[in-house]
Amino acid sequence: MWNGTRGIHRLGGAVVPEGNQKKERKMLQFLNNHFYDVEALRGYLLQREMSKVHLKNRSFTWLEEQHGPYSAGAFFILKQGGAVKFRDKEWIRPDKYGHFSPEFWNFREVPVEAVDASDCEINYEGLDNLLLLKELQSLSLQRCPHVDDWCLSRLYPLADSLQELSLAGCPRVSERGLACLHHLQNLRRLDISDLPAVSNPGLTQILVEEMLPNCQVVGVDWAEGLKLGPEEHEVPVFIPGCPWLKVTAPVTLRQPFPCPSSGLGR
Amino acid sequence: MIRRVLPHGLGRGLLTRRPGTRRGGFSLDWDGKVSEIKKKIKSILPGTPCDVLPDTSHLPPEHSDVVVVGGGVLGLSVAYWLKQLENRRGGMRVLVVERDHTYSQASTGLSVGGICQQFSLPENIQLSLFSASFLRNINEYLAVTNAPPLDLQFNPSGYLLLASEKDAAAMESNVKVQKQEGAKVCLMSPDQLRNKFPWINTEGVALASYGMENEGWFDPWCLLHGLRQKLMSMGVFFCQGEVTRFVTSSQRMMTTDDEMVTLKSIHEVHVKMDHSLEYQPVECAIVINAAGAWSAQIAALAGIGKGPPGTLQGTKLPVEPRKRYVYVWHCPQGPGLETPLVADTSGAYFRREGLGSNYLGGRSPAEVSRVGWDMLARRHRIIVMKESGFWPGSVCFVHPQVQTAWAGYYDYNTFDQNGVVGPHPLVVNMYFATGFSGHGLQQAPGVGRAVAEMILEGSFQTIDLSPFLFNRFYLGEKTQENNIM
Repeated sequence: MWNGTRGIHRLGGAVVPEGNQKKERKMLQFLNNHFYDVEALRGYLLQREMSKVHLKNRSFTWLEEQHGPYSAGAFFILKQGGAVKFRDKEWIRPDKYGHFSPEFWNFREVPVEAVDASDCEINYEGLDNLLLLKELQSLSLQRCPHVDDWCLSRLYPLADSLQELSLAGCPRVSERGLACLHHLQNLRRLDISDLPAVSNPGLTQILVEEMLPNCQVVGVDWAEGLKLGPEEHEVPVFIPGCPWLKVTAPVTLRQPFPCPSSGLGR
Repeated sequence: MIRRVLPHGLGRGLLTRRPGTRRGGFSLDWDGKVSEIKKKIKSILPGTPCDVLPDTSHLPPEHSDVVVVGGGVLGLSVAYWLKQLENRRGGMRVLVVERDHTYSQASTGLSVGGICQQFSLPENIQLSLFSASFLRNINEYLAVTNAPPLDLQFNPSGYLLLASEKDAAAMESNVKVQKQEGAKVCLMSPDQLRNKFPWINTEGVALASYGMENEGWFDPWCLLHGLRQKLMSMGVFFCQGEVTRFVTSSQRMMTTDDEMVTLKSIHEVHVKMDHSLEYQPVECAIVINAAGAWSAQIAALAGIGKGPPGTLQGTKLPVEPRKRYVYVWHCPQGPGLETPLVADTSGAYFRREGLGSNYLGGRSPAEVSRVGWDMLARRHRIIVMKESGFWPGSVCFVHPQVQTAWAGYYDYNTFDQNGVVGPHPLVVNMYFATGFSGHGLQQAPGVGRAVAEMILEGSFQTIDLSPFLFNRFYLGEKTQENNIM
């Protein structure tokens, strides 16, 4: 029954409820509307979930003086369940019980090169700890449920070193947050696939590509959103110089132009 | 049994003479009478609305601890923090009186929705910082069970202020203060500006300050709706009506300088209903003036400003409505996704709107321009824009097409363009939360909390807003804000 509540609290509508969960949700809503105690209990559970997330994102900056910023930041990531790679060392990952090897405490001067924080519950406050890793080159925030536009506006201190960023599947990231990635001028690879909160993925991809000219933006087909007619031999057309041309009527050609992005409509 | 009893009671009613009945007998349409009797029985029985007594559901309650005059974002914020900080749940009854439930002329809905920390006063910076954290955690503050989470549509793109040679020194000192208070602002030279934003023409620009975090713009309607929803769940009463009268009681007291002073206290508020002469006297303990551009009218009702000029009794509330226009234009070759809200010291500003190359902006005129209070006509003032050089001089828009425009009122403080917060020295239970001259929306959460602390604790606890008290109008001490947009 309480699995249903966790599903309700997940924001962004990215989780599609199954038939069972829907019935449970309706029952829960009915009880909520008719009984004060159910409402109070739900409110209490919601508060408890939020305080759990706060606890996970508490500040570890006090570890900086004793062990150095890199180890402090790495400890935060490992505790959340993510993976960390120090320069010239192997990836350190926690096992399924959440335990990880304590060897990284000795890497006082070794900077962290890559962080894989997929599916971690990092939020805005937790980024305090992540930003200790000044020489981070690759950051993966795939499917993080609490990473939103505010968090993206905080990434600019990593602009000098960050080359790879992945935001695939984050339910709360929208095109407004992607707009503040323009600070990251050294970015070479950006993954913005599968962002449910982005209203117009194709157009957003084009605008982000314009904003970051040296970066390869991956994920969304710019042809997504173009309306194709019902004809069989329909091929999307790329006309050089007019990348924004929206093809609404069916266009038939004898010899289709070569399309620049792979996998377009064949 | 009821059927037998009632005809006895109603029988007399049936037999009374009424004009139109023939003498000597009663010609009734029996079926009509039966249905009337059935209706009356149904209305008396429990479970259905009682039609016997007149319906007063549109009237406010007869007693209320706090009456908030004005249901815009400032009034709702004060009500929210009062309920949030009260010691006991349900310990305080709060009534919010709003004249127009469509908010057609309210400054909140018509505002551009920006939030920034680039002010010259530390108090303003702290208020904006707190508001940013409030908006960031809005789903924790305004959580209502069963309601979907709020999406403020916040664009964290920041503010870019451009300064010419003569304003550069002031901008530098402002940025120093802002950094001290914790705002993330950086200074940019013209070269750095050209590198970052190649579409800016840096001629005449000596210095720029760019906000990196906690600055941007959001949807004010969403905030208003979220506050309303949360307040309704916390048990705040809402009433649609206009405050027409305050009934006060006064007391003469002697100051330490042996002067007689009259202290007034409002104990009743008359709320008049829309399109009718009906009004409800609401007994109250505290009144909050959050009426925005019309706050001076409410203050005058309480007798503020009625006295010889130059005295405390004669000091009026210097808040006036000032009309400001906002234009939306479309420019396909305009600045890209990374565009912050660009403003220069002439008062002109613009920002991106959505993904479709639309921009919105406006200009605060330098000179005083008073406008009739009742008019908010929407006109496309294209001619005015072109002639007065509206475009922020540093950005060149090629072939813009104006799509739409609207106008709204600033609750403009003619004294020093900063808010009025706190109690009035003579009308002891009227608290102000108004006069923010264009940054009321972005400071509303902080100001609401400050007023609630003043009422509940007696002094400002978190952010000290003593420079914003009413006394400064009498003492002539200006709390001037140099950066207004």
